[in-house]
Amino acid sequence: MKIAVLVKEVPDAAVEKRIDPASKRLDRSGEKNLNPFDTHAIEAAMQLREGGAVQVDEIVAVTMGPDSSKSALTKAVSLGADRSVQLTDDALAGSDVNATGYALAKVLESESPDLILLGQQSDDGECYAVGAVVADHLKMPSLTQVIKLDASGDTLTCERQAEYGYDTVKVTLPAVISVGDAINEPRYPSLKAIMGAKKKPLETKSAGDVGIEAGKVGEAGSKTEVLGLNPPPAKAGGELIADADDDIDGTVSKIVSWLDERKLI
Amino acid sequence: MAGILVYVLAKDGEFNKNSLGAISEAASVVGSIGGEAAAVVVGGDIADDKLATLGNYGATKVYKVDGPEGVAQPAVDAMAKVMNDNGIEIALFGGGLLGLEIGAGLTARLDAGVTMEVTGIKSEGGRIIVERPVLQDSQIVDVAFNGKAVIVGRLNAFEPKETGGSAAVEPVSVEFSEFSLKAELVTRGEQRGADVNIEDADILVAGGRGLGEADNFKLAEDLADSLGGAVAATRAVVDAGWYPYAAQIGQTGKTVAPKLYLAAGISGAIQHKVGMQASENIVAINKDPNAPIFEFSDLGVVGDLHKIVPKLTEAIKAKKGA
Ligand SMILES: Cc1cc2nc3c(=O)[nH]c(=O)nc-3n(C[C@H](O)[C@H](O)[C@H](O)COP(=O)(O)OP(=O)(O)OC[C@H]3O[C@@H](n4cnc5c(N)ncnc54)[C@H](O)[C@@H]3O)c2cc1C
Ligand SMILES: Cc1cc2nc3c(=O)[nH]c(=O)nc-3n(C[C@H](O)[C@H](O)[C@H](O)COP(=O)(O)OP(=O)(O)OC[C@H]3O[C@@H](n4cnc5c(N)ncnc54)[C@H](O)[C@@H]3O)c2cc1C
Repeated sequence: MKIAVLVKEVPDAAVEKRIDPASKRLDRSGEKNLNPFDTHAIEAAMQLREGGAVQVDEIVAVTMGPDSSKSALTKAVSLGADRSVQLTDDALAGSDVNATGYALAKVLESESPDLILLGQQSDDGECYAVGAVVADHLKMPSLTQVIKLDASGDTLTCERQAEYGYDTVKVTLPAVISVGDAINEPRYPSLKAIMGAKKKPLETKSAGDVGIEAGKVGEAGSKTEVLGLNPPPAKAGGELIADADDDIDGTVSKIVSWLDERKLI
Repeated sequence: MAGILVYVLAKDGEFNKNSLGAISEAASVVGSIGGEAAAVVVGGDIADDKLATLGNYGATKVYKVDGPEGVAQPAVDAMAKVMNDNGIEIALFGGGLLGLEIGAGLTARLDAGVTMEVTGIKSEGGRIIVERPVLQDSQIVDVAFNGKAVIVGRLNAFEPKETGGSAAVEPVSVEFSEFSLKAELVTRGEQRGADVNIEDADILVAGGRGLGEADNFKLAEDLADSLGGAVAATRAVVDAGWYPYAAQIGQTGKTVAPKLYLAAGISGAIQHKVGMQASENIVAINKDPNAPIFEFSDLGVVGDLHKIVPKLTEAIKAKKGA
């Protein structure tokens, strides 16, 4: 079985994310990192490989992003992927979910994986949607927020929480599965894996290389248009007890009187 | 462009409240763009007279499709067919999970634009514009669509409004794609853990991943006992098996509005916030000063819950005993 893991480069967790008012796009100038949710997808692929229930021949990390997104791929490889593919092209900049899903489906077509794994969400756009878009283009079954994944032959047994509790769903491969962050505890890459990652094959493809129609991607090919940007409605600021640990007894009595004033005790 | 098609989620013959809210929202905006607010129900074997009651929330027509319930892709097939056959260019979903999956699949199928977490829909010159809070609700973007639109609401953003009336029920026969039938529901809605009631409590102490391990829920339970309240949880700890699903607040859990909601070790993710933001008093204990929960708490305590919570419990007991 061949597994493709979709990974995205996002602003590092420590960066305060903001939309650039001029371009109405996310300001991506600061420190960047591999989307933390995607490390669970890589780990899920590794556990399928190591679990032995199915034979995993290859794990390929795939991203669509600017040149800098190579480092997200290198990180994905250090976590276990065998090689990586970067789809990068100026024509893709500003793609919305529909355009992104279409473009990723085109790169994946050229890889023909049996299983495509994704994270539950990106840490920046938070659209929770790319998996299902990719699946529809590739005509594959799909499921999101999966927290237990067992493979046997060409069947996956998946568990996930939906509106009414936990569902168990049987999915026939090839399939697209987005995993929830409770599925596993991603491993830390070993020093050796970090050093070795840069030496593993990284293939760069342009939109034309994978047959992407130029009119369907990028800002121009996107069907959503951000018209404006507004601050949220003003809200009375709450009270804050900073450095509460420095004086636990004082903190506790402050909380108690706060609650008491509001007749909550 | 004619009207809006609303996906209506159901289980055991009961409609989801967020779907009813989406119908009411569709009914209130459809006037300005033309056409009608229609609903689609896939599977569930629901009687026509029950389906007709969706008219009470503003639907004029209900498309009834026989097929698998509780999975996304057959609903994509059904909605694409209904929209194409009837010239409908806007699909609307209430908040939850399945709506995101169906909405995303439908986006690809119709080559549409999609926006999720939508909290408001307006129209300007016959064009639909939606509001989506982004980046931990720090900004709200106005999004318009070039062509067909898929709109997925945020949980509880749209309130059901009963207006009276009955909808016409029209059966639609859909030929499902082969791949749509390759994800089959084995069991649905399993309730993991005890059947606890958090919806009727005036005081809730909610515990999250910051508790560190399942046994530490004892800290939250003792605090809740001292206050005379119940204990609630986040998805992270329910998925981890630390606490029962019935105690979960949020997008795929319960919606609560107690007099006091006190969070211990909860980051305040949007999917949690949408289930508790109507609480009267919000107190959060979190060691990370940048935790999003401090953006919407009335009293924020930046510190280690393991040091603070046990002493707080003692102090409240002492106060009550006094
Ligand atoms: C604040 C903000 C709000 C936005 N709102 C919208 C909106 O309402 N509608 C809209 O159409 N677009 C929106 N976008 C654009 C959208 O985020 C991008 O199109 C993005 O490329 C895809 O969505 P996502 O990152 O949110 O993915 P999600 O669907 O949240 O990501 C799920 C998974 O898909 C995979 N994945 C996502 N992107 C890539 C990639 N480039 N390469 C490889 N794998 C990937 C990862 O495994 C990830 O874990 C928004 C962007 C921002 C910054
Ligand atoms: C489609 C979808 C649906 C979802 N539905 C839900 C839902 O219904 N309900 C829900 O809750 N979530 C839901 N989620 C998940 C949600 O996005 C978050 O992942 C989840 O709410 C996080 O739970 P948490 O706050 O317990 O954990 P974390 O986000 O990991 O936060 C733990 C917090 O504890 C703090 N902490 C750690 N140690 C200490 C200490 N010693 N003292 C004090 N603080 C400490 C940390 O600073 C951190 O802020 C959903 C997600 C998706 C994508």
